[in-house]
This record gives sequence, C-alpha cells and structure tokens, in this order.
Amino acid sequence: MSVRQFVPWIVGAVLIALPFVYRDPYHLHIIILILIWSFAYTSWSMMGRFGLVSLGHGGFMGVGAYVTALLWNHLGVSPWFGIPIALVCAGALALIVAYPCFRFRITGHYFALVTLALSGIVLQVITATRDYTGGSLGYTPDRTKGSHLVALQFDDKTTWYLIALGVWVAGLLIWRWVDRSMDRYALEAISEDEDAAAAAGVNVTYEKLKITVISALMTALAGALYCQYQMFISPDTVSGIAVSLQMVFAVVVGGIYVALGPTVGAIITILLAEGLRIGFGTKAVGWDNLVYGVLLVVFIIFLPKGILGSLLARLKSPGKPQP
Amino acid sequence: MMEIFDIYLLEAVINGVLLGGVLALLALGLNLIFGVIDVTWICYAELVMIGMYGMYYLVQYYGLSYYLAAPLTILLVAAMGALLHWLVIAPLLGAAPINQLLATGGVLFVLQSFATVAFGIDFRNLGIRLPVLQFAEMHFSYSRLLSFLAALVGMVVIYLFMTRTYTGTAIRAIAQDRQIMALMGVDTKKIYLVTSALGGALAGLAACLLVLQYDVHPFVGLSFGPITFLICVLGGLGNFVGGFVAAFLFAEIISLGGLFSDLEWGYVLAFAFFIVMMFVRPGGLLARRS
Repeated sequence: MSVRQFVPWIVGAVLIALPFVYRDPYHLHIIILILIWSFAYTSWSMMGRFGLVSLGHGGFMGVGAYVTALLWNHLGVSPWFGIPIALVCAGALALIVAYPCFRFRITGHYFALVTLALSGIVLQVITATRDYTGGSLGYTPDRTKGSHLVALQFDDKTTWYLIALGVWVAGLLIWRWVDRSMDRYALEAISEDEDAAAAAGVNVTYEKLKITVISALMTALAGALYCQYQMFISPDTVSGIAVSLQMVFAVVVGGIYVALGPTVGAIITILLAEGLRIGFGTKAVGWDNLVYGVLLVVFIIFLPKGILGSLLARLKSPGKPQP
Repeated sequence: MMEIFDIYLLEAVINGVLLGGVLALLALGLNLIFGVIDVTWICYAELVMIGMYGMYYLVQYYGLSYYLAAPLTILLVAAMGALLHWLVIAPLLGAAPINQLLATGGVLFVLQSFATVAFGIDFRNLGIRLPVLQFAEMHFSYSRLLSFLAALVGMVVIYLFMTRTYTGTAIRAIAQDRQIMALMGVDTKKIYLVTSALGGALAGLAACLLVLQYDVHPFVGLSFGPITFLICVLGGLGNFVGGFVAAFLFAEIISLGGLFSDLEWGYVLAFAFFIVMMFVRPGGLLARRS
C-alpha cells in the first residue's frame, strides 16, 4: 500500500521533468494537444458520467476560444482577463440553456437534442458574424513578438507543456473533488430516478445546474487554452456538433466512469488521427472521422464502459460478474 | 416605402410557409422513429445529405430524369434507414437509451466523412433551375412551392398508411405500448424495421426536395439538422401534430428573421424562441401529459 501512495508523485515528477529531458518539438506538441483535449474530455465526462449527456460542449468550447481571441484582437484585452470573461460567458450560456431544461425536466433524449442544437447555434453565430470572427475561414489572435506573458503567448513548447499539464492535473483534482463530495451521491441518485431523489431531499435542479456549469466552465477554459496554444481557431475545430461528438467519442472509448478514462480516450483518438495523417497524408482527410465513427458505434455496442473502465473492472474483481 | 416593406413582409411570410413544409416532413420522419422505437437518430439530417448526393449522381452522372431519380433515391435512403436499424439500433435496444443516441452520433461521423472521402467537399447542385414565380410583385421560387406540395402529399400518404393499413395500425399501437403488442401477436422486430425504412423514405423524400433548393456538400446536414431536432422537441418528441405546428412556427421565424438580417440570425432567433417556449410550454407545444 505504501508503494501505491507514491505512484502519483513519481508519475507527477516524471511528467514535470519530461520537457527538460526530452525536447523533440513534434512529440511535445502531440503531448500538449493530448493534455489540453484530455482536460476538455474530462470536463465533458464530469456531467456525462451522471447520465447528463450534453452534445453542446462544442458550443462552450467555441465560446471560450472565440471570446478570448476576439477580446484580445478587437479590444486589446489580455487573455488573463479575457479568459475569465469568456468563462463567464460560457457559464451564462450554460445557465440560460440548462436552467429551463432542468427546471422542466427535459432529460435524456430531449436534453441531448437541445444541447445538440446549442452547439449548432454557436457554430451558426460564429459563421454569421464573419466580419469579426472570420467565419468558416478561421481566426488568428494577433501575435506579439516572441514570448509574452501578458498576451499569454509563448514560443517554447516547454512553457505550454507545463501550463497544459497543470490544467490537466487541475481537471483531475476537480473530478476527485466531485467524486468525494455529497454532490456525487445526489447526482447518482438523480440519474437513477429524479422523483425518488427529490423525495429524498435532493435539490434536483440545483445539483444538475451546478455540475453543468462546472463542466461548461472547464470546457470553455480548454477552448481558450487551445486557442492560445494553436494561435488559430476555426468553427470546425473548436465548436459545433462534430467537436461535441468527438468529446463523446473519446470519453466513451476511454471510459466514462473512471477519472483517467477521458485521458486514455484523448491519447487514443489523437494518436489515431496523427497516425492516419502521417500514414496517408492529405488523402486522410475525412478518414480519421470515418474510423472514429465506426469505432464509436462498435464501442457502444460491445464495450460501453470503455477501454480503461473495462480494464479496471476486470482487475478489481476478476471472477465477479459486473453490474 | 411602407408599401414595399409590406410586400416583402408578405413574401417572407409565404416563403416561411413553403419552408415549413419540408421542415415538417423532416420532423415527421424523426418523430415517427422516436414515437415507435424510442430512439433518436442524430444522423437523420445526414441521411438526407446522402439522399441529396444520390439525387445528384443519378441526375447529373447517369443522366436520369428528376422524376425517375426521385423514387430511386427514396428507396435508397429507406434501405439505409432499415440498415441503420438492423446494424446499429437493434443490438442496442436493450441498452440505455442514451447509448442508442450516441451510436447514431457515431453513424453521423461515418456518413459525413464517408461523403467527404467519396464525393469530396465541393458544393454540387443538380443544375436544374426552376423558374421563379411572380405574383403581385412578390417572388416565389417554383422549387419551394413544389417541395411544399410534395411534402404535403408525402404527409397525407403517411397519414393514410398509418390509419388505413394493418401495418400502420400496428405501428401506432406499438407507439402506445411497446410491451403489450408483442403479446398480441405483432412481430415487433418487423414493425421496427418497417418504421425505420419509412423514416428513411421520408428523409429520402426530403432529400429530393431539398436538392432543388440547396447545393449539396458533406456538411449540409448540419445546416438543417439542429433545427429539425428543435422542432421535434418543441412539438413534443413523438407527437406528430405538435411537430407539424412547430415546423411552421420555426420556418416563419427563420424566414422573417432572414428578412431583417442574415439567415443565420434567423436560426439564432429560432433558438432563442425555443428557450422561451420551454419556459412557457415545457412539455411541448401540444402537451397532453399533465
């Protein structure tokens, strides 16, 4: 047991030391992307694990990325202020859409469809305001010369690696915090039976809203970070239904009910996409999503707990049949 | 000045009604699937997209006439609907409902990227330009009028099928009580398959009509998919009449919103309207449940 206590610290130390020892820019780039997307996927599964399947997270991510970039370019607001503002916008959007949904008990299919429409609408808005956002052509935050702390722009990958690592760890800590709180039990009760949970004294609307807003804020942060790191955003990469579904896919593949499931999902999906890109070059356009789609269907049918989830379940109780 | 404005307004209102026909058709197909099988096909608009490509290739590449290509396309999409049910939905019928929805999300990915890989990302159209109808200084595209009428005919045919045939009656019965119908000697599996094919056929019909008005590209489904889902939720999922009413409401909002600003803002307005309506009538427009 004492050895296991040290495992997170050793892994943490190795992860922090990594960019100072290993300096291949391409591989670091991939790892940074994996960390940022892992954070986004973790934030989706925060509510996804309680049966709140949202397909609107592409929308929250788009708000996070675009509000930050627009404030910087048009008003010269530093991302240090821009990101909080973007988070507030995403949180407000989440409240506006989620409150009526939860108050009037729009659950399951209905909730998924409403949030799906939300991500579609955010995409439409970004496209419609093409005079400011560049529409479908994408958008680039104004560059400063070299690394700049105020502009949150860094040339070296090491800084970005550490930022992404920090955010990723924070995501896992939030997951753990929710996992150990009373809210978790309340939300699990709600996902089983809302009436029974309400009868047992759970404030159903409040609990659901709370987790939704937390999840939306985290997703928006992921969007803003992605924007600052890549220095290029387009409606297709940070918003819309495709991004929402990509989140669902990664989480389902990795494992929705375990903390590191989304991370495993991010590793698999990004390596898959990169592998296809390197292997097939420009011919691979479209193929990665084709593979994603087929895998998503196959996983949901045959391995609904995901890779990590099934693995952990097998390790914990080899003989017992899983509930 | 005022007079011209009114003419435009009237034109927008009538165009909204015409748009509503196709939206109602789409909503009907989705509602049918949901009402009977209790599954939401997220990829419904992508089926329409494939149908539009089917029309494009049949007409432009194989040189078939429009009226010959349309039934073939409807058959094709109907077959795809049945295949979708057989391959993806049927193995998941016992699983959590949300898994079925996510699986069709996977199918959405597959169809979209399949279209990208197979057909490329160019915008394509049939090359058929129907004349514009002029009436009292108002302009209506003939294709919209045609699709409105065809959509109405399609819906009447579905209505007759549902009320006058044995299979239709069985479908409606299953929509009311899923468990008991199996005991009454109805082959649920077969009915599910028929319903899926029917939903696919409606998507195919919508594809034949939409291809007259819009260029087809792999992501065309995204431009009317979300609005269809909103219509279905607003009308009450599985509620045919509600979906019909909601379709026309939304079409008016989009059309009138597009009159004052860009078309995209019409969609945003529709979404805002939707949020407000959820406060007013949370159970859907024509909610029967208390």
